[in-house]
Amino acid sequence: MSFFIEAGIRVVFAFVFLMVTVLLLVWVERKFISDLQNRIGPDRAGPFGILQTLADGVKSFFKEGIIPARADVVLFIGAPVLAMLTALLTFLVIPIGAPIEINGVSYSLAAMDLNIGLLYVLAMSSIGVYAITLAGWASGSKYPLIGSVRASAQMISYEAAMGLALIPVVMFTGSLSLVAIVEAQQGTFGGVIPAWNIVLLPSFVIFLIAGFAETNRPPFDLAEAEQEIVGGYHTEYSGMKFALFFLAEYINVFNIAAITTVLFLGGWSGPVFGPTVLQWFLPVFWFLAKTWLIILFFVWVRASLPRMRYDHLMAFGWKKLIPVSLVWIILVAVALGFREFGAPWA
Amino acid sequence: MSDAPENMEAGEPNGDLETVQPEQTVEEARRTQHEIWVSGTEERMPFAHATDEGSQELLPSDLDPALDIQRGVAVDDDYVVPERVIDDERQIINMGPQHPSTHGVLRLHLELEGETVVRVKPIIGYLHTGMEKTAETLSYSQGSTNVTRMDYLAPFHNELAFSLATEQLLGLEVPARASAIRILMTELNRVSSHLLSTATMGMDIGALSMMIYGWREREICLDFFEKTTGLRMNHNYIRVGGVAADLPDGWEEDVVVLIKKVNDGVDEYEEILNENPIFLDRTLGVGVLTPAEVKQYGVTGPVARASGVDWDLRKAAPYCGVDQYQFDVPLGKHGDSFDRYKVRIDEIRQSLRIAEQIVATIPSGDYRSTDAKVTPPPRARINESMEALIHHFKLFTEGANVPPGTAYQSVEGPRGEIGAYIVSKGGARPWRLRWRAPSFAAVQALPAMMTDSLIADVIAALASTDPVLGDVDR
Repeated sequence: MSFFIEAGIRVVFAFVFLMVTVLLLVWVERKFISDLQNRIGPDRAGPFGILQTLADGVKSFFKEGIIPARADVVLFIGAPVLAMLTALLTFLVIPIGAPIEINGVSYSLAAMDLNIGLLYVLAMSSIGVYAITLAGWASGSKYPLIGSVRASAQMISYEAAMGLALIPVVMFTGSLSLVAIVEAQQGTFGGVIPAWNIVLLPSFVIFLIAGFAETNRPPFDLAEAEQEIVGGYHTEYSGMKFALFFLAEYINVFNIAAITTVLFLGGWSGPVFGPTVLQWFLPVFWFLAKTWLIILFFVWVRASLPRMRYDHLMAFGWKKLIPVSLVWIILVAVALGFREFGAPWA
Repeated sequence: MSDAPENMEAGEPNGDLETVQPEQTVEEARRTQHEIWVSGTEERMPFAHATDEGSQELLPSDLDPALDIQRGVAVDDDYVVPERVIDDERQIINMGPQHPSTHGVLRLHLELEGETVVRVKPIIGYLHTGMEKTAETLSYSQGSTNVTRMDYLAPFHNELAFSLATEQLLGLEVPARASAIRILMTELNRVSSHLLSTATMGMDIGALSMMIYGWREREICLDFFEKTTGLRMNHNYIRVGGVAADLPDGWEEDVVVLIKKVNDGVDEYEEILNENPIFLDRTLGVGVLTPAEVKQYGVTGPVARASGVDWDLRKAAPYCGVDQYQFDVPLGKHGDSFDRYKVRIDEIRQSLRIAEQIVATIPSGDYRSTDAKVTPPPRARINESMEALIHHFKLFTEGANVPPGTAYQSVEGPRGEIGAYIVSKGGARPWRLRWRAPSFAAVQALPAMMTDSLIADVIAALASTDPVLGDVDR
């Protein structure tokens, strides 16, 4: 029974944490992009407009949820729920801090420490594609259909690149559990450089690029492409159903940033000192600091780059990212082989 | 000839295709047909049918006479005759009139095969307010209020074309200072219009910051307009006989600051966009218009110059003494979206150059003609002079009397040749005003740019064409 109580507490905590994060995330994005664009940004609701997202959320609760006459009602309502669900579930395996030891029992700060964490993350993001595809298809309208076709093509091909970018990490650390991957990155190379997986630089870059595509962020936001296909798959959505898509997208941004931190930037690792409580919180702080830096990078890119064209996007994924990842996997394998068995000529 | 399937299948609304001689090749048949059509001697459809709502929309491809027209008009090297496919695999989709990037209320009917645009048909008229007809009920002094709202991004150019045409009818010479002020305002207007066009092009391609940056610099221009004319748009500042008011005190410093700031801003845009690989991917070779097509469709302005057609009315038919200033006409080579963007950026610099020279060389004198039959007297004179009172009364109740005749005057607007054709039968109102709208020609060239491209290219081509629908529909 205590297992269920613990799991319940963890899930509720994860949910609250994510919601607060998303509220902040939307606000931070709007404020930061306003700064980049010589604007003021939201500044009405609450101090510095920090409650703007909350106000928007409340507003969308009270808005009429229009269902188009030609829509497939079940799928039309189910799609945003599925999007939100997969986004929330992905977060469960991400460790946001070092395990905390209370009374000799160690508690992991991931809601659950799956030994196949990485596969789980990939699986969730694959299921997330269904949400977008079904949303566009179920709308019974032309622009959403184009958007969902774009989304499925884009996300499937970039998922391949993303999966290939992860293989060197797994080879390097020898585990699929996100907690184990972070633990493998503790310590330093030669006492100076932190032993983060960022030494697998090509993987890092490819993963980040694929992350942009997976989260439908500019410059890969072809599935929504407001200027071309009027919002793409969520053209016909309004009210809370739209808000669910919106929230799911931002949760996904946080997830991708968090997973990047875990996989390549050493997760929670960083200097830890002081009393016990501080020692609990400093790893969380390091983890969040790195994650937010990546999020700010996402926003920066959004402010700077135009949207790619569909064919260029596919060409970039299949002709550049995937071959490069394949070559990199081979190089890493050879390097690991040397480390394991020594050079064949020695 | 039996191997001309597209001609045989294509509907033949008035049967003139069947007159093609069997000895002619398909190409020759197309050429002759296009000559007939372009010359305007043959109307392909009854006039009412060609313009009513129904036939504006895309018809099924085997019924569409526009397809034949396109085949005849388009230059053959970029037009690929599509294979006949089952229509079920294609969808016809409406882009506009409510669409984020159709620049107002342009409506494009697109036939899509997947993401590829097979056919395009621009549909216009959603902003038609009958301004040319309205002009017949307005006196010449009211007329510039009307025309300034046509191309709302180039109000000064509209006012200038109208005023110059009227002055041509009156045989009126305006003072040198008035001409210089007119050139200053129109060139700054060209800057503000091109800034907006560059900004919205960035936005349509997805570079959102570009939009804000463009507006930032445009705001400086609009502030100066507001200071000078009292309004940010639709100024009614350039009037028959001169301008409405002299430039405000300290305008030289304002213009110098404006030139500096806008030049800096334009440098920034080029930094953001010129070497951005995604921007280049999106614009290079997209929406190409060949010089031949430019001439066929009557496209002018930056779109024509981007295709390498060296046609700038400031050089070809100078007005208001614009030829006394030093400036270059930037030309493109390839006629694609990127060249159009680049030509506009360069034109901003050239216009600022003209403004700089005007600040240095502006003559002193009157800012409007002293012809009492055209220009209202200064307010103070009315209390002193009976003549002034009479002129004032006559001008504001009846309007300036314009002798009978016709006049056509065109100016180089930001989107091309803005022309005013006025027919006067005497009296204070034009009998007919006809407006030569540069955006209209650009919109009718859209199918030639967009056919056989992707949806994203449609947006890039449209944004780089920069049509103003108020100008198209009037």
